[in-house]
Amino acid sequence: MMGLTKKDFTLLIIVACLAIFAPFILNPFPEGSAMAQFNAGYPDLMQRLVIFGIFAIGFNILFGLTGYLSFGHAAFLGVGSYAAIWMMKLLTMNVIPAIIVSVAVAGLFSLLVGWISLRRSGIYFSILTLAFAQMSYALAYSVLTPITGGETGLQPKYTDPRILDGALEPGQTPRANLFGLDMKQSFELEVADWVFTFNAGYYVAAAVMLIAFYLSIRIFRSPFGLMLRAVKSNQQRLNYTGLNSKPYTLAAFVISGMYAGLAGGLLVAMDTQVGAERMFWTASGEVVLMTILGGAGTLIGPILGAGFIKYFENIVSKINESILHQWFAFMPDGIEDFLVAIVYPFIGKGWHLTLGIIFMLVVIFLPGGLVEGGQRVARLFKRKKPADDKPDGKTTPAE
Amino acid sequence: MDAIILQILNGLDKGSAYALIALGLTLIFGTLGVVNFAHGALFMIGAFCAVTVSKFLTLSHTIIDDTQKDFLGNPLKVEVPYIYDIFGQATGDAIIDWAVPISILFAIPVMVFIGFAMERGLIKHFYKRPHADQILVTFGLAIVLQEIIKYFYGANPIPTPAPEAFRGSFDFGAAMGFDANTIIYPYWRLVYFAFSALIIGAVFAFLQFTTFGMVVRAGMADRETVGLLGINIDKRFTIMFGIAAAVAGLAGVMYAPINSPNYHMGMDFLVLSFVVVVVGGMGSLSGAVLAGFLLGILESFASMSAVLEALPGINQIIIYLVAIIILLTRPRGLMGRKGVMEE
Repeated sequence: MMGLTKKDFTLLIIVACLAIFAPFILNPFPEGSAMAQFNAGYPDLMQRLVIFGIFAIGFNILFGLTGYLSFGHAAFLGVGSYAAIWMMKLLTMNVIPAIIVSVAVAGLFSLLVGWISLRRSGIYFSILTLAFAQMSYALAYSVLTPITGGETGLQPKYTDPRILDGALEPGQTPRANLFGLDMKQSFELEVADWVFTFNAGYYVAAAVMLIAFYLSIRIFRSPFGLMLRAVKSNQQRLNYTGLNSKPYTLAAFVISGMYAGLAGGLLVAMDTQVGAERMFWTASGEVVLMTILGGAGTLIGPILGAGFIKYFENIVSKINESILHQWFAFMPDGIEDFLVAIVYPFIGKGWHLTLGIIFMLVVIFLPGGLVEGGQRVARLFKRKKPADDKPDGKTTPAE
Repeated sequence: MDAIILQILNGLDKGSAYALIALGLTLIFGTLGVVNFAHGALFMIGAFCAVTVSKFLTLSHTIIDDTQKDFLGNPLKVEVPYIYDIFGQATGDAIIDWAVPISILFAIPVMVFIGFAMERGLIKHFYKRPHADQILVTFGLAIVLQEIIKYFYGANPIPTPAPEAFRGSFDFGAAMGFDANTIIYPYWRLVYFAFSALIIGAVFAFLQFTTFGMVVRAGMADRETVGLLGINIDKRFTIMFGIAAAVAGLAGVMYAPINSPNYHMGMDFLVLSFVVVVVGGMGSLSGAVLAGFLLGILESFASMSAVLEALPGINQIIIYLVAIIILLTRPRGLMGRKGVMEE
């Protein structure tokens, strides 16, 4: 269906269901209970989950398929953000032009960067993209201050021209909308002790994410995607067959740059401000972490990775020492203090440490990321019941 | 003229830091073929060795001092370092004042140990895996190391003073016959430059004139053949990793008084020093040193006000610009050998 095999279509449906019912799924604990702090169903976080999902999906098209490790993708996110905010300042607070222009501008910028960076491969490629990203960051931070707002960043003001919208009352803050539907508008559903928030901005972002995910499945399954895999497995051999791989890798680079721009545009559409820190190279490192953690080269991996990291960043980082003491309060005092002392470095402000350790473990033991981990676990359980495996006599062909 | 000399001097200490980190990076790349993204973290750990030693030396306890009174006539409470109790105040002061040199002695074994542990525990398993995996796992390690430091030392920069004798500035202008006060330069930066020149010289001499160095160089050129000759090249490479870690650590120790150490200084320097390595030529030791000083000096020239007026912000992007131009026109870098990692 929709040009997908049955398996991929099922995956798409699953992701769609997850996205649609996220306000329920992410809010499993009743309001006011001790576990409520693990609820992630508030609009700001849900938006981040799907937007960074898009970013990671795009990065995966480059890294997962071609194996080119870019350390500069935050630059495209930043460029997309700036483009979007300028559309909001000049044209209209409607998010559609902002998102379209952010994709286009990021695409052009990544065409330039990719055209230069892809002359080299391996470590040189990584460092070239890193250099470009740091350069864009430095430019955005200082030189281009008239365009980027420098260290204060940019946000729409009521004094902006905004040709298509009517003039605003002085002092009124312009708010992003989709044909009049305010992005911040939420509908709250109260069921017993639960409060579920349905946010307009989140559903716009989630719809875009589903389109992006569908496109990425099509790219993965297309002859183009196959060509990119060939680049990853052995570029030299591919060149010997008389194929010029450069247009393919460049196309992959630009596509992933456009995904990053899309994510940047959406970030602005949800929260109308931009700062240069969005482009710092550690932000590029973050998308690398997301993709690898979830499983580079798999379809759903990057979304899982992005969700995992953003969840950690927003939820686990909020746990502090006193909450830990509450958790372990049932134990004798000495053991309680001991446990808190052991756990504390890994959560709260120290969650980066946990992230770093998990990331290292994944790189060392699970090159396929969380997806491969899940598959291994599934296989473990299947092996216990070998009778279920064979009934229809199907065998997988040897590769 | 004096402005030019001043900029060259300004570039030297930054260039020294770049050169020292890049030297270690390229040493590791040349010997082990590993791209070590955790090298900046080693630099940072070195700086925190200095912090640790100076903190340890100034550990103090509070006593009531009857000789000093506050305005109400009550005796004052004063902090007295434990080291005064043992050595007396004069000797104690002298020891505290030499915190940086003591930290060098402290940092060398620590860094060598960390280097060994890293190579044996982690990097060894990544020789055969692609460069992307090496970058990723060392990137993860860098995050872990910097978070550990952050946990123990906090997120704020920790000022670490230079020894008393090297505080203040040297008036180059007067010494060289220009007007006084035109070229003033802090002593510690001179020390830093001299120290890094010494370290770089020592590493080169070690590789050039000792049998050990000769074997390592042979191993860099052709690892398999050296192994076939019955030499345990792996062990030597581990030692080289320890030395590279120590070089990065010492660069950090000496850098601490110039800029208060903080937990992300490693990442800040890492990107730049990778750029330096690439400009110098991957795997070329002299290239790394040359490019380090060159880019450091270039950066300080770019920060001259006359240049900044013409090209605003050029000081922040000059290094990257140079790197991009070099990579595109001469991919092997300034002094890289032909064929090494050119693709």
